Amino acid sequence: MTLFGDALAWITDGAHWGGAGGIDHRILQHLLVTFAAVALAALLALPLGLLIGHTGRGRLVVVALAGAVRAVPTLGLLTLLGLALGIGIEAPLLALVALAFPSLLAGAYAGIEAADRGAVDAARALGMSEWQLLTRVEVPLGADVIVGGIRAATLQVVATATLAAYISDTGLGRYLFAGLKSRDYVQMLAGALLVAALALLLDLTMAALQRASRPTTRKVPA
Amino acid sequence: MTWVQANRDYVLDMLLQHVRLSVPAILISVLVAVLLGRIAWRWPRAGTVVLGTASLLYSVPALPLLIVIPVLLGIPLRSGLTLVVALAVYGTALLAGTAADAFRSVDERVREAAEAMGYSRAGLFWRVDLPLAVPVLLSGVRVITVSTVSLVTIGALVGIPSLGNLLTDGFQRDIRAEIVTGVVATMLLAVALDGLLVATGRLVTPWRGNVATGVTT
Amino acid sequence: MTRMTRTPLRSTQLGLALVAVASLTLTACGGESDPLSAGGDDSGETIVIGSQDYYSNEIIAEAYAQALEAADIEVERDFKIGQREAYLPEIENGSIDLFPEYTGPLLQIWKPDTQARLADDVYGELVDAADAKGLTVLDQSPATDQDSYVVTREFAEKYGLETIDDLTKVTEKMTFGANSEAESRPNGPKGLKDTYGVDVAFTPIEDGGGPLTVKALKDGDIQLAIIYTGDPSIKKNDLVTLEDTKGLFLASHVVPVASDDVSDKAAGIVNKVSAAMSPEDLVDLDARSVDEQLPAATIAKDWLEKEGLL
Repeated sequence: MTLFGDALAWITDGAHWGGAGGIDHRILQHLLVTFAAVALAALLALPLGLLIGHTGRGRLVVVALAGAVRAVPTLGLLTLLGLALGIGIEAPLLALVALAFPSLLAGAYAGIEAADRGAVDAARALGMSEWQLLTRVEVPLGADVIVGGIRAATLQVVATATLAAYISDTGLGRYLFAGLKSRDYVQMLAGALLVAALALLLDLTMAALQRASRPTTRKVPA
Repeated sequence: MTWVQANRDYVLDMLLQHVRLSVPAILISVLVAVLLGRIAWRWPRAGTVVLGTASLLYSVPALPLLIVIPVLLGIPLRSGLTLVVALAVYGTALLAGTAADAFRSVDERVREAAEAMGYSRAGLFWRVDLPLAVPVLLSGVRVITVSTVSLVTIGALVGIPSLGNLLTDGFQRDIRAEIVTGVVATMLLAVALDGLLVATGRLVTPWRGNVATGVTT
Repeated sequence: MTRMTRTPLRSTQLGLALVAVASLTLTACGGESDPLSAGGDDSGETIVIGSQDYYSNEIIAEAYAQALEAADIEVERDFKIGQREAYLPEIENGSIDLFPEYTGPLLQIWKPDTQARLADDVYGELVDAADAKGLTVLDQSPATDQDSYVVTREFAEKYGLETIDDLTKVTEKMTFGANSEAESRPNGPKGLKDTYGVDVAFTPIEDGGGPLTVKALKDGDIQLAIIYTGDPSIKKNDLVTLEDTKGLFLASHVVPVASDDVSDKAAGIVNKVSAAMSPEDLVDLDARSVDEQLPAATIAKDWLEKEGLL
């Protein structure tokens, strides 16, 4: 158990803060990679998910595709992309985008599908256009599920972003690999604790966001 | 393809190791998650704590988990057990919430009817609650199956052999066919286990007829 | 509303029972013949041979294995088990009996403050260090596989580089790429600074000086890399190895580390394998692995046959 104490001491040691390899710098890098990956994936996945949810078309194909993407080991994708693109952040970023994609997509179409059909039909009867239906009824009603998808994707990406350090000088994964390979378990554990804390913090934030986006009129599922 | 032919035994060996690591992890996850889900369903207040802890565990990244578990349990880092425990923790964390939902999805009237028919508490669990919870439970099990199979590969980073070795070895030797083989074999294994689950789901819930399983609302 | 009958529920139970049985069986198989279990000392005749997660090392381990098998000695292969930091504890506790190692790097782990640099000095100190751990190092092989600093031909010509010392002439900012453990090892950036007065930035590339490292060199993402001298990619990519004039690297010969379970007879066989392997042989073996993409077993077998050891 002293190892945990040592790891905490390592984290609080002022010498490990500031500068290029400092904890603060690594946390910032880690967050940037995470947000960039989720944002890029969202650009693709959310519109596609909304479209599928709204039209109900292509669901089976896309669900199967997302399932297949989910089964792709990120490490494999990372090494293949790395060999193609060289070192640096590009390959890990793309691999993380692929990781975030299925959760975002599932959240988006499930959110739309979860919208109360009665409300949708009523809105259609009122003469809303398809676009109005989507933006004024379906998205607001399904917002918490959609945000739930973003939350799941963010959690996966922030945890897996440690792999970025496999081929680039980026993020908290650096402490893990450096520690692992030089038997410096204190450093490794310190890195692990930092990533876990960061993930937890992000998840709590996203959970609050998810609660806030829950439609007030909707019956809250038990 | 020539690479696969020349290395068939190696690929099959690593596939077998992969199965040996992923299947026990999945099964342990299901057993523990059902137990936790049941607890959470029966005692909602304790349930909040249990499910909260579970989702907290899920936020611990896999690679650090692989490193922390040996420290906590005193087992060697490179032991297959380390990976199985890590993946089981993950699977449980992901599945426990779904398991609680699954028990909640059981129609209260059915349960009351069964109680009226004189089912014992154990009988109620084994013959009413659990079978009726299967459809929702199964959707969660399918998710953790796919993610577990995919996650086993990172064991290669700490020296636990699996299809992940094809990824790291192919990377070092610049044999892309080897990496692609590793990726494809992992995906095929995930798809195969998923298919097995769907089939099992049909087998244990025959009253559902041919309704497609795995879709929850 | 779900209709309830007795029959479907019984088949549910059957299904669950099947799952439970399957789970127990699988777990049991896993525990019984599990080659992954790393605890304890496997007593008996079988020699457990390990190898690094490095193709060249695996070929050597495979050569040991096949030579021993040819003499009817039972071996168990436990290959590709990460880097030294991951497997060394298992050699030290005896769960792996035989492992191809490299004299210099191993000595630096066991005796970090060693001053030995030349092959025989390093080997001599390693014998003592191993003895203190209750292990034996067998004869060192003429084959060497040594870390070395390399740059591209273009970069070398631009600044007239032949030795590591020449790097002080470089006026641009240099980034050094290698496995992340290199960052803290004595011959990494710190060693460059202390021994040669050369400042470099560091970037991790976890492929052990493999294809991605070479690509990064050629792309100009990094200027300096550590690549093993046995690596055929040095020649293939026309890279320049910088001479280590101040002894940053220890001599690094292939050397088998053995536990008590390795009998004198087995040790004799392994020594013969070591003696037969020249530095050029090792580069050729590595080249076959990378270029012809052959499995380690095939490469080792062909070489053993050529040397008349099978």
